[in-house]
Amino acid sequence: MGRYLLRRLLIALPSLLGISVVLFTVLALAPGDPFSEMALNSNVPPEVQANLRRQFGLDDPIWQRYFRWLVAMLQGQWGFSFISRVDVDKLILGRLPVTLAVIGASQVLALMIALPVGIYSAARPYSWFDRIASTLAFVGFSLPTFFTGLLLILLFSIKLDWLPFVFRADISGSGWDWWWQHIKQSIMPVLVLGLFQGASWTRYVRSAMLDVIRLDYVTTARSKGLREYAVIMKHVVRNALIPVVTLVALTMPQVFGGAIVTEQIFRVPGIGSLLIDAILRNDTPVIMAVTFVLSCLVILFNLIADLLYGWLDPRISYR
Amino acid sequence: MQESELRALIEDVRTGELPRRRFIQQMVGLGLTAPMASMMLMQAGIAQAQPAPAYKGTKRGGGGALKTLWWQGPTLLQPHFANGTKDQEGSRVFYEPLAVWDNDGNLVPILAAEIPTPQNGGVLEGGKVVRWRLKKGVTWHDGKPFTADDCVFTWEFVRDPASACVTISVYKDVTVTKVDDHTILVSFKKPTPFWATAFVAAEGMVIPKHLFGPYAGAKSRDAPTNLKPVGTGPYKFVDFKPGDVVLGAVNKDYHMPNRPFFDTIEMKGGGDATSAARAVLQTGEYDYAWNLQVEDEVLKRMEAGGKGKAHIVPGGDIEFIQVNVTDPWNEVDGERGSVKSKHFAFSDPKVREAMALLCDKKSMQEFIYGRTGFATANFMNNPERFRSKNTKWEFNIEKANALLDGAGWKKGGDGIREKGGKKMKFVFQTSINGTRQKEQAIVKQAAQKAGIDLELKSVSASVFFSSDVANPDTYQKFWADLQMYTTTMTAPDAERFMDQFKSDEVSQKANKWSGRNICRYVNPEYDKINAAASSELDLVKRAAMYIQMNDMVVNDYAVIPLISRPRVRGGNTKLVTTLSGWDLDFSALHNWYRESSPG
Repeated sequence: MGRYLLRRLLIALPSLLGISVVLFTVLALAPGDPFSEMALNSNVPPEVQANLRRQFGLDDPIWQRYFRWLVAMLQGQWGFSFISRVDVDKLILGRLPVTLAVIGASQVLALMIALPVGIYSAARPYSWFDRIASTLAFVGFSLPTFFTGLLLILLFSIKLDWLPFVFRADISGSGWDWWWQHIKQSIMPVLVLGLFQGASWTRYVRSAMLDVIRLDYVTTARSKGLREYAVIMKHVVRNALIPVVTLVALTMPQVFGGAIVTEQIFRVPGIGSLLIDAILRNDTPVIMAVTFVLSCLVILFNLIADLLYGWLDPRISYR
Repeated sequence: MQESELRALIEDVRTGELPRRRFIQQMVGLGLTAPMASMMLMQAGIAQAQPAPAYKGTKRGGGGALKTLWWQGPTLLQPHFANGTKDQEGSRVFYEPLAVWDNDGNLVPILAAEIPTPQNGGVLEGGKVVRWRLKKGVTWHDGKPFTADDCVFTWEFVRDPASACVTISVYKDVTVTKVDDHTILVSFKKPTPFWATAFVAAEGMVIPKHLFGPYAGAKSRDAPTNLKPVGTGPYKFVDFKPGDVVLGAVNKDYHMPNRPFFDTIEMKGGGDATSAARAVLQTGEYDYAWNLQVEDEVLKRMEAGGKGKAHIVPGGDIEFIQVNVTDPWNEVDGERGSVKSKHFAFSDPKVREAMALLCDKKSMQEFIYGRTGFATANFMNNPERFRSKNTKWEFNIEKANALLDGAGWKKGGDGIREKGGKKMKFVFQTSINGTRQKEQAIVKQAAQKAGIDLELKSVSASVFFSSDVANPDTYQKFWADLQMYTTTMTAPDAERFMDQFKSDEVSQKANKWSGRNICRYVNPEYDKINAAASSELDLVKRAAMYIQMNDMVVNDYAVIPLISRPRVRGGNTKLVTTLSGWDLDFSALHNWYRESSPG
């Protein structure tokens, strides 16, 4: 086990390096530059822009810039944003709490929908409940989040005037009122993301359950005279959840990455909106840092998923 | 518009025959800015109009929260690092300049005790030296007094290239000296008629010496105050998350009585213009929204609810078409679009004129912009006697056809004109933007009727407006026959704006396409007048010269002005704002208040 872990970590290093090279080159080759906003302003002479480019090292060859970035990154310096001239780690840390809260809540909601609905559907396949749940699930993951987001805004904010549609991370106040305001503004983004994710997970849980439910040992359990509840919960669900756990673990990086579209619609100041703003403004250090952290997380959670898998299913051994 | 006519008009203002405001409107109509017109009056010794005391607040604070929405949130709060207006606005909540421009082009003192004029001894040696008297008793948010040292320091800080300030061009050629604690002298290298640049408006915000002092030069990025501004403004800093939100709270020691009205201010960023309009006009969740680039139809529908209304503030931005007189398709001297080359069709002024006749500006205004754009207000809104005979515009397909026929372009079998075996096919490029694509379509339709085949090209804005030397599709390269965009005139003075047609500013390979003359217009006479204007001390003569230059590029059809675009902002019906088209939205933030609900 220990050796396996070590080997996996060692393999991860070259892949991270490779990812960083690809990311950096793609970003360097992409058109646009961070100071384009100044170009249209007749007050800012072109020399200012040229001077800034020189100071921020944008005129150096790509490989020089890459190695500068790599050396700094290894020393724990993530660089600073060209646009806000703030250290990138500060920017990311500032966005993290909101991202974790909103996306985390939506994932919890997704699980809370997917598990019971998926299990119940599989226990009674092709019943009315299953049909309705399946239809809704298909609708749920066919509707893109930008569409459901706008629908919810039209209904709850504009027609009914119940919920605010501008997310404010800096709500003043304390106690119940603070909590209430936060919950009120989080309802729509969490619903949009949670229902979307929940819909696809429901289908996944259902099919994983169906795979297990018709195995012989389940029949044996039933023929022993166990109650249906015990058969499903103790014998079927446990085994069916093994692939589901892996799937959930693999979507965890998303919790950190945020949801670009939904964050944009509700103005949630999460990592997704930080990333999209940085991309639109060609703020390379921020894009680099966010995407790199995400790739690290993907690799890490892949490893965790593999370890979890082995722990849940003793037939799998590590070599 | 001759110099003598301008003088006569100024006399009319002096005698009171012509209201000051009308004079300024006429000058704006001629393509000058309101501040330029106002400076002309000042030089003539006519006192500035006293700005109407619109402010009705009776005590400091107590007005609740002011919630404003910016679909591009401020990314930094150091006014001299600002990447764009959004950052300047964010800084302006906390920092203040010595004076600002109001909507009529008046200079309004903020940190200055009074506006320098030749009459009060503030403007010396014909504008070579300006003496600013500073307001006394002003304190920074941390309680330290504001003095002349801070102004001198701001100048030193900004002009140092190592600080990497974007406002460097304003400060690098001036010298600022302290006379006493509350007087400074701003000296220019040569007499400068338009002296209100340093310490004025968006680029004039003064930063505190005691906090930025240790961080001048290369260390400028490390100053903690970059993220936690300490200024003299109406609101004190509370919190800032780059790109997301700026929070401020009432400054109890603000230097203007009974101001500010609100207890807190919030600038929320992110999202898009349409939903920002919705949050202000339709649901009233927010009080004010910046830059509502939304179709007028949509705005009107949202306004119908009565919660908010759109504010249309005239400014100097103009949507226009550039006509390429060089050959964008073949390399001459190793570059496409070389100044030495000639365009196969547009080198003939008749063809350029025909092109201008095919731009249906009226339809653009009516069907696309509505209240948010005016078909080149420049030459339309003027009284008849000022309208230059050569500068009117019309939309006339027959006339364009006749011109093209006359120039020897004959229609071929496919209905497309040709001459010497060359078909009249043009590439017309612009950035991707729903409005622009509609404008392109309007021009294409008319061009078709005149036997011109326009190929419409739209380039992603992040590419089009980038200064990427390697990319062929940037607006600076202009490797197309026609292109369209909006040029913003943020500076109140036209000098830099009119650089756009100087022959030594031609955008070409030698300067990595960083020259400002994008359409590569070369006219020795223009250069001569431009040079004369930049050293002309008499503001009236200078204004006449700028009008002349303006007429020159329009009559030569180097550019086809389309739509003059005012600023569009959204405000709650109860919110009373003081907006200026010549300065930042927050230039008079201290005067904003909310009317109490009736009854």
